[in-house]
Formats: sequence, structure tokens, C-alpha cells
Amino acid sequence: MGLYVKNLFLIVLLLGALIGSITGAAFAQDGASPIQTLLQSHSKKLKRSSAKSIGPVIEAIRESGLPQAQNVLEKWRAKELWFRKSDDLLIFVETNDKKTYSLLDIATGQSIGSATKKEIKQIKPNSGVRGLIDGALVFFRLTDSDKAVRISALDSLGRDPKAAYLPIIRTALSKEKDAGLKTRMSRMERILIARFETDTAKRVVAIESFADDMGIDVRAALNPLLSSKVKVAMEAPDMANLARDIFPGVTIKNDGGTASEALYYEWLGGSPPELSMADAYILLVKAKLAPADVSIEDQKTALISNIKNGQVGGVAIADLNTDKARATAYRALVREDLAAETISVEEQHAVIEEAFFYGVYDQKNMDVVRAARTTLASINSKVSINTFFDLFLDAMSLASIYFLAAIGLAITFGVMRVINMAHGEFIMMGAYTGYVVQQFIPNYTLSIIVAVPAAFAVTFAAGVVMERLVIRHLYNRPLETLLATFGISICLQQLAKNIFGTQARPLTAPDWLDGALVINEVVSISWIRVAIFVLGILFFVLLLFILNKTRLGLETRAVTQNPRMAASMGINIDRVYMLTFGLGSGIAGIAGVAIGLFAKVTSELGSDYIVQSFMTVVVGGVGNIWGTLAGATLIGFLQKNIEFFNPSNTLAAQTYMIIFIIIFIQFRPRGIIALKGRAAEA
Amino acid sequence: MDKTSKPFFLRYPSAMIFILCLAGFTIAVTIFSESVGNGIVSTSFLKTLGKTLCFCLVAIAMDLVWGYCGILSLGHFAFFGLGGYMIGMWLMYARTELIVLKASAGAALPLTPQELTDGIGTQIFGVVGGAKIPAIWAFADSLTIQLILVVLVPGVLAMVFGWLAFRSRVTGVYLSILTQAMTLALALYLFQNDSGLRGNNGLSGLQNLPGLEDAAQADISLWFFWASALALGLGYIVVKLIVESKLGNIIRGIRDDEARVRFLGYNVEAYKLFIFVLTAVIAAIAGALYYPQAGIINPAELAPIASIYLAVWVAIGGRGRIYGAVIGAAFVSLLSSWFTGGQAPDIPLGFYTIKWVDWWLVLLGASFVLVTLYAPKGIGGLFDKFGWGEKP
Amino acid sequence: MFKKLLLATTVLAAASTAAMADIKVGILHSLSGTMAISETTLKDTMLMLIEQQNAKGGLLGEKLVPVVVDPASDWPLFAEKARELLTVHKVDVIFGNWTSVSRKSVLPVIEELNGLLFYPVQYEGEESSKNVFYTGAAPNQQAIPATDYLLDELGVKKFALLGTDYVYPRTTNKILNQYLLDKGIAKEDIFVNYTPFGHSDWSKIVADVVALGADGKKVGVISTINGDANIGFYKELAAAGISADDIPVIAFSVGEEELSGLDTSNLVGHLAAWNYFQSAESDANDEFIKAWKAKMGEKRVTNDPMEAHYIGFNMWVNAATAAGSTDVDKVRAAMYGQKFPNLTGGTAEMLVNHHLSKPVLIGEIQADGQFDITSQTKEVPGDAWTDFLPESAVLMSDWKNKGCGMYNTKTNTCVQIKSNY
Repeated sequence: MGLYVKNLFLIVLLLGALIGSITGAAFAQDGASPIQTLLQSHSKKLKRSSAKSIGPVIEAIRESGLPQAQNVLEKWRAKELWFRKSDDLLIFVETNDKKTYSLLDIATGQSIGSATKKEIKQIKPNSGVRGLIDGALVFFRLTDSDKAVRISALDSLGRDPKAAYLPIIRTALSKEKDAGLKTRMSRMERILIARFETDTAKRVVAIESFADDMGIDVRAALNPLLSSKVKVAMEAPDMANLARDIFPGVTIKNDGGTASEALYYEWLGGSPPELSMADAYILLVKAKLAPADVSIEDQKTALISNIKNGQVGGVAIADLNTDKARATAYRALVREDLAAETISVEEQHAVIEEAFFYGVYDQKNMDVVRAARTTLASINSKVSINTFFDLFLDAMSLASIYFLAAIGLAITFGVMRVINMAHGEFIMMGAYTGYVVQQFIPNYTLSIIVAVPAAFAVTFAAGVVMERLVIRHLYNRPLETLLATFGISICLQQLAKNIFGTQARPLTAPDWLDGALVINEVVSISWIRVAIFVLGILFFVLLLFILNKTRLGLETRAVTQNPRMAASMGINIDRVYMLTFGLGSGIAGIAGVAIGLFAKVTSELGSDYIVQSFMTVVVGGVGNIWGTLAGATLIGFLQKNIEFFNPSNTLAAQTYMIIFIIIFIQFRPRGIIALKGRAAEA
Repeated sequence: MDKTSKPFFLRYPSAMIFILCLAGFTIAVTIFSESVGNGIVSTSFLKTLGKTLCFCLVAIAMDLVWGYCGILSLGHFAFFGLGGYMIGMWLMYARTELIVLKASAGAALPLTPQELTDGIGTQIFGVVGGAKIPAIWAFADSLTIQLILVVLVPGVLAMVFGWLAFRSRVTGVYLSILTQAMTLALALYLFQNDSGLRGNNGLSGLQNLPGLEDAAQADISLWFFWASALALGLGYIVVKLIVESKLGNIIRGIRDDEARVRFLGYNVEAYKLFIFVLTAVIAAIAGALYYPQAGIINPAELAPIASIYLAVWVAIGGRGRIYGAVIGAAFVSLLSSWFTGGQAPDIPLGFYTIKWVDWWLVLLGASFVLVTLYAPKGIGGLFDKFGWGEKP
Repeated sequence: MFKKLLLATTVLAAASTAAMADIKVGILHSLSGTMAISETTLKDTMLMLIEQQNAKGGLLGEKLVPVVVDPASDWPLFAEKARELLTVHKVDVIFGNWTSVSRKSVLPVIEELNGLLFYPVQYEGEESSKNVFYTGAAPNQQAIPATDYLLDELGVKKFALLGTDYVYPRTTNKILNQYLLDKGIAKEDIFVNYTPFGHSDWSKIVADVVALGADGKKVGVISTINGDANIGFYKELAAAGISADDIPVIAFSVGEEELSGLDTSNLVGHLAAWNYFQSAESDANDEFIKAWKAKMGEKRVTNDPMEAHYIGFNMWVNAATAAGSTDVDKVRAAMYGQKFPNLTGGTAEMLVNHHLSKPVLIGEIQADGQFDITSQTKEVPGDAWTDFLPESAVLMSDWKNKGCGMYNTKTNTCVQIKSNY
């Protein structure tokens, strides 16, 4: 819009507003500021704040050229714009006690009186409206002196790129001093060019510059250039922007709008043909190239409406309880011209055979299409490789969580052959310890640093107590430890409910664990998961060290292999058992803090992990932390891979994984890494 | 062996006592029921009693496989649930079929077979976002076939699973964990909406028998109570016969020292497999009787925890004695329903009031520990003290 | 043992004959197990409402006595406890249930014994029982307006329907799928995913949702994720740096209670649709919140199902007063057309299909765990059978005039009197 037109528009607007106020609108203040007048002329829409109708209002404010426009938009966006109920006067407010509010003029910021909460009302733009305001504010903020403001303006611009932004981003680019921001701006400029520039050569250059860029915004800009529509005709299509020929029931649509043939079986998965035979016929009917078939439902209606003397088309009603009889009756009706002819599948296919189905690009400029197609193909191949890498990271992360949850169990189960069903509850105790610590130490970083050893201490103590009081008496009855520890498990779970309630409790990660490690546009992983991964490795190394390099480790290994022999060599078995159990439980506690950080803290947290943990240990091989590592890795990767092939159903992934494990154990009953010799005879 | 010449009940007085007690109990409950008697036993309590008898039956199976054969299966409730699903499919299908037929009675055209199935599908699966009847419901309209499936499906599952597990010599705690994994996998599978058994919702409305819409629940409950008592009595006798036979000696031998029995030339795997499958079938029958009384079956019933509870009942009742399993199951499940029903009085301690709803599970958990530690023979062990128990 | 059983039986029988004069209100909410997290609050709400009513002089000159039982999140146990409430305790009305499966479990019992159940939670519809009053939202009172909000206000063009794998998300998503297709959204622009209860591993699903934006259409998430699983989901969303401006998430099962379990500073701007928010401005609401906090503690919050119980209980009291009796059939007849002011400033009315007319509110999550209401409709009448599925569109429920909850308007026949289980 040229400057002249803009001014004219403004004048009309102001005039309109003036007339409005003269002809007795609710608002009756003399000498109202121009901004107030402008807003008043839209007061109804403003108060409703619906994204459907607010667009022109925002544009009017932005284009008014008034000095307060930016401020008003910003305040409105921040939900700081109010109005007085008595006369609809728009105001900003200030309050100290939330009872009386002092009212500020929106043009000057001067106080113009006060009111109680009941007399004024806040205007609440919803997030759709706020997005539109952000879009308008881009024009003011992209050249702001504050870098943070410019960044946020660029973000809003990226959310909804428009052709109108091209001039302003060029201006901003010429002024920008910050190198990083300048790169981002120039990239955004190229996105805008790719979408909105009129000069084909410039567009093609911009599009091709993205060949290595996996950004979702780039793909979002390029993909629409390749959108196409399906059409049908009786003669061969002849147009420049033909995208593909479609053979119903045979060809599939590719990303770039082209077509290729593919074998498809429903049970095998994969992408189905773009156009099924039935859909193709419907398309023909819609294009008036073929007569419509009569649906089963319509046939039935026709039969019902032609009932005469308990008969339809010579068939008794009572006999019309099969499809065949109904078809016979319907044919009789057709012969009598009482119903429309049906069209058999063969006839339909014959018509389809003669017609041409094809896709046409919406974009007329084929140079642009070609550039976008090659660029996107290059981007997509990169994306698919990186998606796989992302899946790999996810699997690693899941494996590390399983590993952490199971490693404590591996120690107790491996060394002592004790099935500790309460292991899950130790994990839960750890998580609750983290929660309790956070109640006393509000600083998240400090509280996590305290919580980890605290969780270890609490669960170590709990483990030792349990070992002394219960498990010690059951060493020669391994199956019964299962029962006893199960009893302890439900005790602990219920106690946790009685103490902490059934609500999930917050365990909040410190700021430095917020967000994600972003490797590129596709591959990223949250910092909490990274931290859990590191923790997993840490414990793995620590345990390897303890087991292989310390006296306790030596004794533990001796006890694992042959407790009686170890005892006769002077090892205090009782002490080894107690410490091992404490250690295993303590690690479960730390795992609890980690799991609580990325998921939730509830009394049922432990039971979610217990079966998984047992399977990790069994699959990996008992009595060996390398085995647990292998088991966790196998299960984590397996689950993610099944999820990958069946993305819409996570539950199925878990089922298939367990079935796999059951079958796996058939072939390696002692797990991936099996102990040999006497230790294997448990 | 003059023992064998005597009739069954004289040979095993404990079995006679049990059967007499069961019969007496059944008669007493019948007399006090709402249906034929004076109504002291309410229908809801009658249902609870009937369900408890089913629990007792599955506990007997558990006792046979664990107490006598030494296989701690943490998956027998899966067979119990499968039995329930099989009978539930018929109950649901047949009842819905009647509804659809009744609703279409006034329609202009009679229903085609396809329209009938579609109508039933919409009614059954409409509530879970579907409409089509999955292939596994192919026989749901036939009571006979579904009754066969009650035995067949869990039996075949137990056979395949057991064959795989025993063949590769998976024993002890490994086997326990593997059975637990099996029941978890089954539960997760059934939890999926796409499993074709209505996912998390499961099958419901099972207490209404098709074609008997007018029968009062008081009567139906009593019938099921009788059926459960009968099944329990028969189950008891069958299991008793097994454990007192040569087969019983062999499986006890397997429990005590598997390797030695193998060296003696017995095919240990075959015996274990037989017991595993047999107990799975008993569990399935118990389940098929249980769920029409419960009214609803869903995957949560098959969760691993249920099977662990089963083991706990047997442990508390006393392993290796059949009546022990019955006592354990009856005692714990009834006590559980008493405490969680809000009937147990709260205990005010002044500074804190113990509400049993909150503390019952703590008590239960603690009692497992105590029983395992100090009374490994369970409640049944008390009978030994009176001197009229039988050798486990 | 048998003696013990008989003893227990006589004790039960004795208990049921004592104190017959009082009016008994059954409360059937899980106090243990997985659902206790949500349902315990409702039990406390009911106790508070009964207490308040007794302070006002009770009902029909009698004192109201709550009978609390614990179905322990065990669905078959719901049926058993419902039967116990109706036959042993002889309660006049039951307030209870949360999950759909628990409702389906008690339906046959309630219908057989002609009980009266008030069900306070938003649900998937496609049901109408003579013996149940649904005070929560039907899909057209929550899901449909919320979807409209995404379409119209936020300009969403591509939808991810994420849900926990059970009946409510399944049916709701089926309805929404059809609704979106009718609105011109292409089939390939609707992504559906189901996860198990308590799911915690969300990284891949969140990545999948982000990847949906690659074709340049604005993506929105409609979440029917249930309970605890939300915590992990929102944490992962925050970690992935997805703001509500990029991909708005509108949730149907996340309320004040669920948000109290996590730090919401990263979730500001994400949405929820309910018929009530604690932040609603009305005098009745202020009073309700005050009473609740006085009873349960300053930190406790109120939520939508609590309001449903508040309306349901008060309507029941008024209907019983009008009928002069707590007899189920009389109360039911008096319930139709009952009006009661809701807590958001309007008036709820009980319709002949046993649903309420309620306003639909859309709220944005704020840093303090409360919702900022950005949209509030007029009262929407609840619809038992959705208009957006062809097989349900022909059905209607009218217990007052037609005496049928599943009436086929095309053939003018009553499909069945009892409901689908």
C-alpha cells in the first residue's frame, strides 16, 4: 500500500470514528486522543477479541501511524488493556492491593481516576489474537534497539511469513549489526523470497540455497510450492505444470508431487495407492464423466418404497433377508423402471480404464517447481538419515533409563539370587526423597545435588534394614523371598499413598537441565535424558570399579560364584550380602530421582518399572553388569524400532517387545552374557 | 496297598470333610439366600461368595502347580482371565443379538445376515470407537464352541508356553519372571483397542444371561453359586486324585529334586507340561464361572499383580495341601472385601485415626512378610497342630 | 470359616436395618488404586456438600448420611459395590465413578435395581441410561467447541490427536476425525496416536508431532491423554522448546488438579477445555472455593468434575424437595427441567436426555497452575448421541416424553430401553 493510500485510509478511519462518536456512542469524552478514538471505533470487535474478526482492527492500529500504536498493541497483547464498564473507555490500570485500580490514559499514561474491580474489565486476547498482534508488531520490533526484542520479532515473523514482511526485513537486515542475528535474518529473507518474490530467477536462487538446510520452516516454505490437485479427463492431459499421471489402484504419490508404482498389501503396511478404484469412480461421477452408482442404502430405500401387497418386485418381504434376494427384487424394479440402474464393478472399471487421472501443480511456474523438487529431495534424504539418528538417541536414552532402573536389581538378583519385588518401591522412595528435599531447599540445582546422595542414603538404609529383618531368613528359599518382598512392596506403596497422597508430586529439574541438546533441526534430545545417560554411564563405570578393583568387589564376586567356599575362605558373607543389598537399593534410589525428573513422582512409579527391570536383567544375563547393559540396550533399541514401524500405537510396541523377550529366552535361557560354571547353577 | 481298595472318601478323610463342609455351606447359603430362602444373605454378598468359590478353585490349581510341582507360576491368572473372555464373548454377542433382532422387529425389510452382524458390531464396538466385528468373534454366536474355547484357548497357550519354557530348562525364578512377562504381554495386548476385545473396557454386562432377561439376579446368582460350588468340589477331587496317585509322587519328586527324577528316567518336562496345562485349564474354568458373576472382564484383571495375589493366597493358606489353598483364597479375598468395603470400624488413636481403607493394604503386605517368615506352612499349618492334617 | 461367614452376614443384615430414618447418599469413588488420584477429591467434595446441606437443615426434614465405599479402581468391584450400596445400605442416590469402564461396569446393576447415579466426569457420549444423570460434559460440550476454537481462533490446519488407549479418547477421536473431515481437513492431515496409561517415554511422539509442520500447515494437538501420563508429555514438550505459539495443545483431561503435579512455567499458553475453571469469576464460585479451602487446606484447587457434583447434588436436593420424596422414579420425574446456577455465572438445566446444558470454557495455562479463561460460550445443551457419526446421528434420547434413551428418529422406534454396556 502506497503512502498516499495509507493516509487516505487513515483519514477515512478517523472520520468514521468521529462520526461514530458524534452520533452518540457510549463513549462520550470530549477531546479524546486519536488512539482512543481509533480504538473506540472498533470497540466491539476489540472486546470480543476473536481471531476471526480482529485482523482489520490490528492492521488499522498498526497503519494508523500514531506514536502510541506500538505501545497499545504491546499492552493489549500482554492482557494489560482494560475498559471501564460505564462508558467503554479503554484504559491501562495500575493497582497495589487488587481492590482499587487507578486508571491510566492509553495515550499519555496519565492517571485519569480510579475504580474498583467491578467497574472495569480486562480485555483478554486469546493466543490466536496474540499471534496476530505479534505479526503486526513485527513491523515495529524488527528494527528495535533491543536485541531480544528483535529476536522475538523474528520468531513471530517465522510463525506466519507474509509477503508484506519482505521490505521490513530488508530494512532490518541493512541495519543489523549482530552477526548471528544477521545470518538468521538473511535466512528468513530467503524463505520469504522463496515463497513470495515475483522474480523467478531470484526465487530459484533462494530455493536452491536451502539444499543443505533441514529446518522445519524451510520445508514448510518449500512443500506448499509442490502442492498439487488430482484431476480427471477423458483425453490425455496436456499442460506445462503436469505433476504426475495417476493409475488408480497402482501408483502412489511421492513427496515431490510425482508418482511411482508400488506393490501394496494391507497386511504388509507401506503406503497405499493414491487413488483406489472406488475413489477414482467417485471422482469420475463428480466430474460428470460417468453415471452415479446406486448405493446399497438407496437400493434398500427403493425396495421399501415399492412394497406392494407384501411383495417387492415379485419377492415376498419375508424372503428379503439375503443380499441375493434383495438384488433380484431390485433388478425387477429396474426392469419396471421403478428404480435407477446399478453399475457393476466391471462396468466401473471399464470407465476408469478409459479415463485419464493426473495431478497438476498449483504452482504455475515450473522453474520454481523444479528447483523446489530437487532441493526438497536433497533435504528429505538428509532428514530421513537424521531421523534415524534421532531414533538412535531416543533408544539410547530409553536404554539408559532401563539400565538405571535395573542395575540395582542386577546386583541383588545376580549376587544373592534374591528376587526383590520391592525394588520398584525403592525407586519410588528415591523419587519421593527428591521431592521432600525440594520442599526444604528451594534452589533446584542445590536440591538435586543434595537429593542424589540423600536418596542413596535413604534407600541404602531401607535396603539394609530389609535385608537384616526379612531377606536374611530366606536365603535358602529364593521363591519365598519373592512373596515376602512383594508384601513389602505393597506395604511401601500404600504407605507412600498415605503419607504423600495419591496426587503426582512435582520434582522439578534445575534450569540448566531445561530444554534440549539440539544437534541439528531434526536431531535433538532433552538435557534431562542426557543427564540420565551420563548418570547411567557413571554408575556403570563405578560398579565395574567396585566389583573389579575393590576388596568388597572381590568378596562379592567370590560369594556370587560359590557362597560356601567363600565363607570357608574367611569372607564374612553376612556383611557382603548386607552391603550388596544396600548398594543395589541405593542405586535404585538414585534412579528414582532421575526418573522422577523426567516423568512423574507417584506411588505407582516403581511398579511401572519392575517387570521391565526384571526382564532387562534376565535378558542380559544374571550376575553380570555387562549383561544388564546388554539387556537394557537390546530392550531399549527393540522397543524404539517397533515404535518406529508402528508409530500410531505405542502399546503394541510394548507387547511385541515382551513376546520377543519370551522367545529370546528360549534360545538363550541364561541371557545374552551367561555366567559359566557353578555360578550358573542357581 | 490296601488303601486303594477303599472308596475314595474313606481313603482320604480330609477330602470327605472338605466336600461335606462345601455341601453344607452351599445348602446353608441357599437357605439364607434371597432367591429361595429368607434373604439374610443378600444377593451382592451371594455374588461375593460365589466369586470367592471361583478364587478357591483357581487357588487349588495354583497349589497343584506350585505347592506340589514346584513351578511358581506368576501367570495363572492370565488363564483365569482368558477363560472369562471366552465365555464373555458369547454372553455379550448373544445378548446383543437379541437386542438387535428385537429392535428390528418393526422394520420394513427383514435383516440380512450382514445387516444383523453390522448391527451387533455397532452395538458392541460402538462404545469403543469401532463398528466391525473382528475375526476372533467368528464363533461368538455359538455357546458350545465358546465353551470349548474356554478350555482350548488357555490350554493351547499353556501348552505352547510351557513346551517352550520347559524344553529349554527354564526353571526357578527365571520361570516365574517369564510367566509374569507372559501375563503382562497378554494384558498389554488386550489393553489395545485394536485387539478386538474392546481394549481397556473389556466385556461388560456379563451378569445378564441371553434369553433370560426376566430372570432375577437373585436367582442367577444362586445358580452360578451352585455351579461354582460344584466346580470347586469336582476340582478338589480331581486334584486330590492326582496328588495321591503315582503321578502325584513324581511331581513331588520334581519339586524336591528335579535332576534326580530326571536321572531316574522320567521325562520331567512332560510331567511338568501336563500339570501346567491341566492347572491352566482348571484356572480357565474358574474364570469362566467367575466373570459372569463379576459382570465385567477387562485387561486389568490379567495384570501381573493378580497372579501374584494368587500366589499369596496359596502361601497364606498353606502350600502343598489342597484345603490350604482354599482357605487362603477364601480368607484373604473375603477379608479384603470386608476391609475395603468401609465396614471395618476406624480406630481412633487420638492423634491419628486409622482408616482401614488406607491401611488395609499395609496390613496385608505386612502379613505376607510375617507368614513367609514365621509361618511358612500358612494357615493350613495350624491344622497340623491339631493332628488331623495330611502330609503335604 | 463358615461360621465366620454367617456371622459376617448377620452383621451386615443388622447394619442395614439400623438408622433407616436417615436419607443415605452413596459415594462410589475409588479411594485406592490408580484412579484414587482423581476420585478421592470427588469423595471429599461430596462429603463437603452433604455437610453443608445438613447444616442447612438436611433434606425433607431428614439428615443426609454419606455412605462411602472404596471400589479401589477395580472395575468389577464397582459393580459389586454399587449392588452393595443399593441392596445392603439401601442408599437413595449414588454419586460416583470417574472412568467410562467403571460406569459401564455399574450400569447393569443400577438399571436392574433401579438406582440413581450422578456421573460427574466428561465422557465420550454414545450412551443414555434411564438411571444415570450425566453432569459432566458430552463431546459436543467439550471436544467439538474446543476443536472449533483451534480451527477458527488459532488457524490450525493439521491435527495431532494424541490419546491414552481407552474408550474415551477412542470414541472422542472417532467423532473428531469425522468432524474434521466434514470441516474440510484432509485425511492425511490428521495424525492419531495412542499410548498406554501412565506412559512416560514421550520423546519420539513429540518429535513426530513437530515433524508434522514440515508441509507448512499450522499444527495443533488435541490431547485426550489421561492422568499421570500428562506430566511426562508436558515435560517433554517443554524440553523440546515447543511453545504454545508454535504448536498449541488443547487438553480435555488436564485440569487444575493435574497441573498441581508439575511446574507450569514452561506450559504457559497451552489450552484446556472444560465447563468450569477455578478462575471463573462469580460469587458462587468464590464461596465454593472458600469452603473447599477451609475444609481441605489452602493449597487445594477446585476443578470441573467437582462443579459437576456441585450442580448434580444441588439439583438432586431440589428435585427431591419438589417431589417430596427420595423415591428414584419420583426424583427422576422432578429432575427434568431442574435449573441451578452453575459456578461460572450461568444457569445449568437438566435436559430430558439426562445431560446438562453448560457453557464451554477454554482456558490458557498460566504460570501459577491456574487457567486464564479466554473463551466462554453460552450454555450448550449436552447431546447423548453425537450428530457427527452417521449411525448415531439418527439416535436421540428423551426419557421424559418418549421414555427411551436410544430412540431411532428415522424408523421411529426405541432401539433398546437398557443401555449399551
